[in-house]
Amino acid sequence: MRPRESLRNRQVNDPWHILPVQIVRTIAETTDVVTFEFAFDDPTVAQEYHFSPGQFNMLYVPGYGEAAISIAGKTPRNGVLHTIRIVGDVTHAIARGGLGMHLGLRGPFGNPWPVESLCSRVKKPSIVVIAGGVGLAPLRDLILTLIDRRKDFASIHLLLGARTPSDILYRYEIDDWELAGLDVHTTVDRSNSRWRGNVGVVTLLLERLSLPECESTFVLTCGPEVMMRYATKTSMERGIPDSNIWLALERNMNCGIGICGHCQLGPQFLCKDGPVFPFANVRDWLRVQDL
Amino acid sequence: MTLKKVTDGTHCGKTFFIDKLELEHLIAHLTSSGYTVVGPKVEDNVIVYAEINNLADLPQGYREEQSGGQYRLSKSPNSNYFEFNLGPHSWKQYLFPPEAVLASAKRSGNRWEFDSSTEENGEFANKFAFLGVRACELAAIGVQDRVFAQGTYVDPIYCNRRSNSFLIAVNCTTAAATCFCTSMGTGPSCSRERENEFDLALTELDTGFLIEIGSEKGAAVAELLNSREPNEIELQAGKSLLARAVSQISKQLNTTNLRDILFNNLEHQRWDEVASRCLACTNCTQVCPTCFCSTVTDVTDLTGEQIERTRHWDSCFNLDFAYMVGGTVRNDRRSRFRQWLVHKLASWHDQFDMSGCVGCGRCITWCPVGIDLTEEVYAIRNTPPSKRSLPVQSSDQSKVCAVGKVRS
Repeated sequence: MRPRESLRNRQVNDPWHILPVQIVRTIAETTDVVTFEFAFDDPTVAQEYHFSPGQFNMLYVPGYGEAAISIAGKTPRNGVLHTIRIVGDVTHAIARGGLGMHLGLRGPFGNPWPVESLCSRVKKPSIVVIAGGVGLAPLRDLILTLIDRRKDFASIHLLLGARTPSDILYRYEIDDWELAGLDVHTTVDRSNSRWRGNVGVVTLLLERLSLPECESTFVLTCGPEVMMRYATKTSMERGIPDSNIWLALERNMNCGIGICGHCQLGPQFLCKDGPVFPFANVRDWLRVQDL
Repeated sequence: MTLKKVTDGTHCGKTFFIDKLELEHLIAHLTSSGYTVVGPKVEDNVIVYAEINNLADLPQGYREEQSGGQYRLSKSPNSNYFEFNLGPHSWKQYLFPPEAVLASAKRSGNRWEFDSSTEENGEFANKFAFLGVRACELAAIGVQDRVFAQGTYVDPIYCNRRSNSFLIAVNCTTAAATCFCTSMGTGPSCSRERENEFDLALTELDTGFLIEIGSEKGAAVAELLNSREPNEIELQAGKSLLARAVSQISKQLNTTNLRDILFNNLEHQRWDEVASRCLACTNCTQVCPTCFCSTVTDVTDLTGEQIERTRHWDSCFNLDFAYMVGGTVRNDRRSRFRQWLVHKLASWHDQFDMSGCVGCGRCITWCPVGIDLTEEVYAIRNTPPSKRSLPVQSSDQSKVCAVGKVRS
């Protein structure tokens, strides 16, 4: 078929279509991070809205613009959770709006974590989830999915790093995750008087972690790039094959669909080829400064 | 003899002869069938693309002189309509408009009403006939088809305009000093073998036009013209004019292994050198017929009640293009120029399975300091790689390699 004919025959699913949503719940996580529950105006849309862990939405505040925010989870009443660091124009507008605010959403976009391929292995793998700061947000729904399918895995570990004890997200539910079979280790950069846990970088937790079989261990990480650099390095030093490492990256995303050009890293469009990548696909590009 | 049978598809690929004045009829026919005819026009001493109402709007008897950072329009002793090559405009401004409203938001009370159906969705809205599309520009349209119309997501505005477009190609009979389409395999003449998609293709002789039918749509329009079979002399004249254009092309870009060479030289010292000349003015990206970067911003009325999501062309040379909370990714001109060139000539192969450069040479002409990408590539190819180079495995290795998608 010649290109022009295929154009005409193609069902154009408008990627610019904005879904109206409302903030129906807010949870203050830290001093600058808030979790919001967004409810779709249209109950049919809410029913049909499906995402996979690791995907993101473009949240749109009219007059301010859009921000690409990873999806932290879904609620029983078909709401979508976003854990947002209040740091830019759009996120400040969302924080100011708060409960009851009406806004727009496009999505879900992007490549998710490879949950299915992890679950369908002959030999049950061990999973190490490494999160730094607000990098836990795109991992939250992954963790819940892994817990749901706990029997498919030999073990599931969460190595969690934060700046201070009060910068740890989801403190109200991490205990539940542990009870459901997640092995949680936490460390902070700076402790306070009440902190009795680890102090130091998150890679120290990885060095200490008991992993019987590194070949069947998978690492899924999200956090500051410098943290991920050392997390991947330490993983490989421990004998985890580089093909078993996945990471979620961040760049300026404007369209979410790979046609605006902003989020490129070498040959990758972060929004449509990522934000979750096999480490091997981005390793060499991350090494180049200012790419 | 006029064209009679058009419905059976037998006219595709056939060539006829028309008088020059028949172009007037062609424009009139297209206009009366609802097309906005867009073609070359002289404006401010350059040839731009603008709406054409009749033959007199075309730049008759003009020729161009182009070189790095230089464009001069002059009168030619001939009275041909298409003796020039390319001005700063490209057809992308009609298919991927520099400014377009993608959606709107209207406040009612504490709520918003969103609407992403624009006037673009109307069936006959923005029906363009492009008159004078050069071979390299057909290739450029093919490149943007892949970007906007053939991925996971398609851009509705582009698709709508593109599927309504009528393309009248013009084979180049001369070449500018900045042209290097032969290196990129895109020209200088249009070819159905190269899967160039055109409805009609013209070759301008001194006496008239050879007109080649490229599609059924083209045949239906050509049927309305007074045409006859070309004689042997006219066909020969056409061939020799096309050969003249090929022989006039002096600029070359060696594309052998180019993707791997650029990926392996991301830390080449030449990037520092070119950064000292580059003004980061974004001209190259604005005149490039394939550059597709854009940004969507909100344009509000004074009350803030009515908001339009407006997309406008952006450029990887802008400082805030890759801005994130953590800071700007590409802070210096070195990294921004590198992004542009490596994307165009290397990453594009991974992303769209083709080069992003069609060899039109506009970025050379319209660069205020005359940076020539063919010279930059030559320098990178022919000076020893610096020590800081990044080893990226070549694309023909089928193993998992550093580059995401391995193409054979």
